[in-house]
Parts: sequence; C-alpha cells; structure tokens
Amino acid sequence: MLAIACIKQVPDTTQVQIDPVTNTLVREGIPFIVNPYDTHALEESLRLKDRYGFRAVALSMGPPNAEAALRKALSMGADDAILCSDRCFGGADTLATSNVLAAAIARIAREAGDEVGIVFCGKQTIDGDTAQVGPGIASRLGFRQLTLVDKILALDMEKRIIRVSRKLEGRHEIVEAPLPVMITVVRELNRPRYPTVPMRLAAVNASVKVWNNEVLKLDVNSVGLKGSPTWVSRIFSPEREKGEIIGDGVNDPEGTANLLIDRLLSKDLLAV
Amino acid sequence: MTIFTPLFLIALGIFIWQCGKKLSLIRLGRPENRFDNPALRLWEMLLYAFGQKRVVARPFGLNHFVIFWAFIVLLAANGAFILEGLIPGFRLANVLPESLYHPLVFAFDIVSLLALGAIVLSFARRLLFKPDYLDSAYVSARSFEAFLILSFIALLMLASFGLNGVKISLGIEPADFMPVSKVAASLLDRSGSDLEAWGAFFWWLHAGVLLAFICFLPMSKHMHILTAIPNCFFQNLGSISTQSREEFAAGNRYGVEKVTDFTWKDLLDSFTCTECGRCQDACPANATGKSLNPRQVVHTLKANLLANAPALKAGEPPRVPLIGAEGEGTNTEETIWACTTCGACLQACPVMIEHLPKIVGMRRHLVEMESKFPEELLNLFENMEQRSNPWGIAPGERTKWTAQMDVKPFEAGKTEYLLYVGCAGSFDSRSKQVTVNLATILDAAGVSWGILGKDEKCCGDSLRRLGNEYIFDRMARENVALLRERGVTKVITMCPHCFTTLRNDYRQYGIELEVIHHSELLKELLAAGRLKLNRQVGELGKVIFHDSCYLGRHNDVYDAPRQVVATVTGAPPAEFDRSREGSFCCGAGGGRMWMEELTGTRINLNRVTEALEKSPDTICVACPYCMTMFEDGLKDKQAGQTRVRDIAEVVAEGMRPQA
Repeated sequence: MLAIACIKQVPDTTQVQIDPVTNTLVREGIPFIVNPYDTHALEESLRLKDRYGFRAVALSMGPPNAEAALRKALSMGADDAILCSDRCFGGADTLATSNVLAAAIARIAREAGDEVGIVFCGKQTIDGDTAQVGPGIASRLGFRQLTLVDKILALDMEKRIIRVSRKLEGRHEIVEAPLPVMITVVRELNRPRYPTVPMRLAAVNASVKVWNNEVLKLDVNSVGLKGSPTWVSRIFSPEREKGEIIGDGVNDPEGTANLLIDRLLSKDLLAV
Repeated sequence: MTIFTPLFLIALGIFIWQCGKKLSLIRLGRPENRFDNPALRLWEMLLYAFGQKRVVARPFGLNHFVIFWAFIVLLAANGAFILEGLIPGFRLANVLPESLYHPLVFAFDIVSLLALGAIVLSFARRLLFKPDYLDSAYVSARSFEAFLILSFIALLMLASFGLNGVKISLGIEPADFMPVSKVAASLLDRSGSDLEAWGAFFWWLHAGVLLAFICFLPMSKHMHILTAIPNCFFQNLGSISTQSREEFAAGNRYGVEKVTDFTWKDLLDSFTCTECGRCQDACPANATGKSLNPRQVVHTLKANLLANAPALKAGEPPRVPLIGAEGEGTNTEETIWACTTCGACLQACPVMIEHLPKIVGMRRHLVEMESKFPEELLNLFENMEQRSNPWGIAPGERTKWTAQMDVKPFEAGKTEYLLYVGCAGSFDSRSKQVTVNLATILDAAGVSWGILGKDEKCCGDSLRRLGNEYIFDRMARENVALLRERGVTKVITMCPHCFTTLRNDYRQYGIELEVIHHSELLKELLAAGRLKLNRQVGELGKVIFHDSCYLGRHNDVYDAPRQVVATVTGAPPAEFDRSREGSFCCGAGGGRMWMEELTGTRINLNRVTEALEKSPDTICVACPYCMTMFEDGLKDKQAGQTRVRDIAEVVAEGMRPQA
C-alpha cells in the first residue's frame, strides 16, 4: 500500500519582503524551505512505512529547483520522490495544482501496481495559506478527506479503517473513515525526524523523477495559469497599528504585568 | 640456581603476557598520529610524567611525588635484589666502587623511609580523611585493590629494612650509610634471635611481594606506572577543544558507537587512569548531580573494552553496548549530553587523559548515525541549517544593531580588522548592547574595523561540540570561503566560542586567521593610551571576573581581561575561589546553552552562588553565554543588586564622560 506525502517548496517567509512598487514577493536571495506543515505530513508517511510497511512516496509540483525539497524527503527516508514540473504547470492556483497532483497520484499507483492508502498534506502552506490543495486532491481522487489531523488513533489494516483526532478550535473531533483517505496534518501530529548523515549522502545521489505534461498528459486548459480561475491582483503588507510600551518590565516585572492585565481587561481582551 | 629463578621467570612471563594482552587491546583502536614533534613530546613527558607537574598542583600530590621518585630510585635497588636472587653470590658492593656504593645505599635507605611515610599517609587518606571525589560508582576509595597495592609497597619497604638490618648485624652492609636499617639492626640485635633465619624471612618476604606485585601490576589500576609516562608523551599537543574532522563519503560511519571506534590513544587513556578522581571533582556536571562523571567515562571505556575483548578479537560485534544501556561498561545517553565541554577534567588530569573527544565522539554517533538527541536540539539544528543562527531569526536582522551608528562593511585593503559580531552579538538583545559598546570603543580608539553584515554566518561552534559535524563542516567550509573571498586576515570576536572556532577549528580548513578576543584588544588599546578613561567607575563597585572556559582553559587568555579591569577601575578584580585554570563553567558550553537542564541542580546557580559569596557589585564576563547564564542565575537568586557586565561595558563605563 502506498502512503503519499505532498510537499511544497516555499520561500522562507520570515525572510520574504514585498516589493512596494510591484506588489510582488521579493524572492531574490531568499532561501527555500519545505513548507513546515508538509514536513509533518512527510514524517507521518514515514511512520506508516516503519510501522506497517507502506511504501512512502514524496510528491511535489514546482519549478525544477523544487527538487531540493524532494531530496530532503529522500534523506528522511522516502522510498521515492516525484516532481511534477512543466512550464505549462506554472502560475497554478489551488484547483489547477490539485488537478496535477491528483493525476500524479493516480499514475504513481498505476506504475507501482499498488493502491494508495493515504495521501498526506500539510494543513496549508506558509506562502499561500489557502488550505485548499489537500481537499482538492481528495475531491479529484474521490478519497475521504480528514483535515487538521493531530493524531492517528488507530489504523486497522484488515478492516481498512482509520480513526483520527482532528484539532479544531477549542475542541477535538474523533472521526473514522475507510481507506483510501486524504489527511491534512497539523504540527502537533508528530516531530519530524532529523536525517542521518548516511541518509543525507544517499539522497544527494538518489534520482528524483521529474514528470512533465508529456508524462501526465493533462488537458493544458486544466493546469497552470490557464486552468486557474483565481489570480492574485495585489499583495501588500497591511499597515500595523503601532503599539506602546507600558511600565518597566526590567525593574518592575510584577507591576508591569498588573498594568498589562488591567489594560487588557479594560479593552475586554481577557476573559475573566 | 635457587627456586627464585623459576619463580621470577614465571612472574616475568605473567607480566609480559598481561602487558601484551593490554597492548593488543589498545591496538584495536583506530589509527591516529601521535608521533609528530617528538622533541616537544619528550619535553612534555619529562615535565608531566617525571616532573609530576599536574600531580603536585594539589597539595596531597606531593605525597605521590615522593612515592613516584622513590619508585624510580628503588628500581635500581630492586634490580640489584633480583640479580642477587638470580646469581648466587652477587652483591652490588662487589661491582661498584665504595665511593659510589655508599651514597647509593644511603639514598636507598632514606628514600625507602620517605616512601614508607608516604604510604602511611596514603593509608590514612583513604581511611581517615578521605575526600569525596576518591569514590565513584564503580570504584571505591577503600577497595581491596587500593589497600593491597599500598600494602605491597609498605611490605617491600619493611622487608628491605629488615633484610638490611640483618646484613648490618652480620657485618655485610655498612651501618654508617644506612641510618634507618641501622635501627632495624639494633632491634634485631637486641632480640637475640637467629639472624640467619630472620635474613631468610625478610629476603623471601621481599621476593614474594615483589614477584606478586610484578604479576598483579598489569591487571590493576597500578598499570598506570607503565602507561602514564607514554600517555604524557602521546598527549594532544593541539587545541584540546578542537575536534578532529570527519570525511563524509558513502559507506563511512561517523562518531563512536563501539569501543573500537575510539583511537588507540583513547584506549591507552583508559589504561592510564589511576582513578584519582580529580576530574570528577572538577566537573560542573558531576558537581550538580548529573549522571556524567568524566572519570567514569574513562572507566566505562576500559570496562567495555575488557568485557568485549573476546568478542572483538574474534571479529564479532561487541556484547556490551558502549552507549545506551545501564551498568558498568556503558554510558547512558543522558551522560553523554550532560557535558559542557568546559575542559575542567582535562585540566585536572595529572596524566593528560582526554575526556572531551571521547564524549564528542559518542555525540557524533548519536547525531549523525542515529539522529538521537534531546528534542530541544532539533530546533537548533534546523535553525542553524536554514538560517545560520541558533534562534532561527531571519538573517536579514543580523545588522539591526547598526541602526544606532555608522558601521562600515569590511573591505580588504581599507579595513584592518573584521569585527566578527557573532550570533549573540547580532541577535540577542542583551549582547547587542555589548556590541554597540565595543563598536563605540573601537571608533573612539581609531581602530579600523568593518563587518560582514548580512553575509556573516554562524561559526558553528555549538554544532561541532554537539557532534553535528556534518552541518558544522558545511558551515565551516562556507565561512572559510567567504573569509578568503573578502581577504580577511585579522578578526576581532566578542564571543570566546567564535574566537576558538575561527582561531583553532578553522585552521583545519586551511585558513590561518589572526583572531583576537575583544578583551585582548581592549588591553592593547588601554596600554597604548588610545582610550581616554575618566575613572568615574563608582557605578561598577566591586568587580569580580569570571573566566569563560573557551577563553581561559581552551585558549589561555587569563590576564588580558584582568588587566583591563585593573586599568579601568584602578584595582585588580576580585577572584572566584575557582578561577583561571580551575574556573567553573557557567553551564552553557558544548551546546548546553540550547538544552534543558533537567537533572540535579543548575550549573549557573552553583557559579552565581560562588560569586555572591564574594559580595560583588559587578560580575564581569567576557562571553555572551556566560552573560546569559549569570543574568538568569542572579534573577533566580533574586540578587538584583548585583549586575553582570561584559568587559567591553566595563571599559565603556570607564570612558563615560564626567556628569
């Protein structure tokens, strides 16, 4: 059975600035990282590999340099890594992206002669923040979708049922679904492993498969910019209201804390 | 031929067989070149082994000095004794002229008495005034072995006095040159018993103990009399806090997983340890109730090697794991992570055992081969790899501190010094104040300096000490390439960790930088009169100086910061009871800065308590880690009246214009 982790290479958003003239992200010289939530998705696919013998495959769509993200997945222990990369995939919104990834997942299963048990995605990416690609993939593949999962409570391989905990605002929800499922994960799910040096060295020389549209054979009107009903009209940094410094936290921490609590209470920002 | 000859040959055989066994075990270690610079090695060996330099650093070491030199002198006496046993009728007096023989037997007699006295004191120390550090989990100060060895030596001395007494009474030896044995002779004379019988008794007592000692020696901790001297010869001549490089290639293993992953010198170390406990006494982790005891790390190595010897020699995997189990011969992971790499153990060891590389070697295995480390380190490792600083702050913020002043980038040819600000000096709000102060002082003194700005990266110190050599190696190569590209030759650092890494570790990457710690530069600037002091230093009050491990012990910078304080305040700083070479770590070195301290008491509180006993107004430090640890400790102790100041801040205070 296959466990597929969808990962995205994103700019390290703590280092991204917005060009005030063009309203676009200044990406020059900004290091790329694996979307942090996706590393938890990847880790969970590797745990299924360790525990149940799943074949763990890491999948990404992006420009050729997104290969680095997949190498990281290989260094952590993924059995296979596939990058969907084609000029015609560029400029995709979440719908077009999920079209490509769903097609790739179907192809992975066909090529492996195996079935997909679980597709893992991060709950959202830190650059787009839409949280739509995972559910989009599930819809296209006809999988059940379990979003915001913070714990896999049980996986019955005989009955092919998975039970998970979903982390919602102020509560947890325990749900069950039959396989195959698409799961989006939150950080609390696990702690991603740190690759060993031998695994890192092996990943440097391992091959990352690159699938372009000649391989996936998708209708060009369903992918990339052409297949994207949404487009970004403007990106900007919101103006932030300047705060004020109250009290003297260094010399009078207690008094300052009281002052802060009073202030928060007066603005009705603290529940009593 | 008497029966002595076969007995002696048997003893000698056992001795050689046992030594050969130990040597074959030492040869199981990985290769390492410790034969370079033989002249210096010889000198160091004379100093530390024969001169007993470290041994006498503690008062009771004098006792050992006496026993050691008595042993050397009496080797000749015992050699003569053995020849007497082997060759019927042999006497030293017959082969030496009287002018040589008389002073020699006089020396034997006196030295034997001194040795006997020292042995009595050693007995008393173990029985009556035993220091705590003499005991460890697996070795008791009052062990049978310890007393057996002391008894052997005492019996040898007593037997030789008895034997010489008989010989004096029989007129064979000159009474006038053997004042101690003469007393024995008069006692024997007065007893009126059979002198021949007494003579035979003492001779065989001496022979029996000597032969037993020869057999027992290579099986006991007394082995150190054979290994300590070569161990001092083979000591590390380089920087002890600098670990060896690793070669990263497919198929390689990294770090120390099993005992044979250590080098032969590490294994020799384990047979050299005398269990004196000085490292144990000096270790900050041990003093605060952690499971780490440097002496035990060395003992564990030996115990593991001996327990696994049959399997290892048969080419089988070891049966007792070196890491991760409980009991003798294995280190828990907690033990391995407790080390601050402060080097106090190395400094304390009289026979130059190197504990630190063993611990870092095991860390390397855990990090690089197994990815097993305290969970809080995962963030550190990721932050270092992605953003080249321990906190994971955006690299763009590295120059935020320069907002308040005009700071120029380093330009080769135009700028003399690179100020390598370091991660703490760039990102930590308290340390940024130090950076600004230092920058202001440098400008005031007219020093030509510049920075790398946003291109500066972390030096990688914590990673290397934590065993993450793979990422350290990558960072070191990038940094060395950058420093070369920019034409940097002279570097100022504020952090002793950057200091040691740039100065010592990067040398392995082929760059020889002239690295100066800011305390040294400040001393030079003050001495040259380039800084105008106003001596309005009342704010500082009583200043005590804390030696950072990586500045002091690891790089021998002790006097510069003290001279700076003395120049600025007009008086030398107050001293901790544990200072200079014997300084006690703040608790943050070796990557401990980034880890929780979950067992025992806190190391920084131990040091802060020691500081407060001297009631200082200002604790002067020269390291950003020490700064954090002291400030945290003072808050914990609610000692708000005591401040922590970096050495640069002390100078800035001295330069403050009069109000």
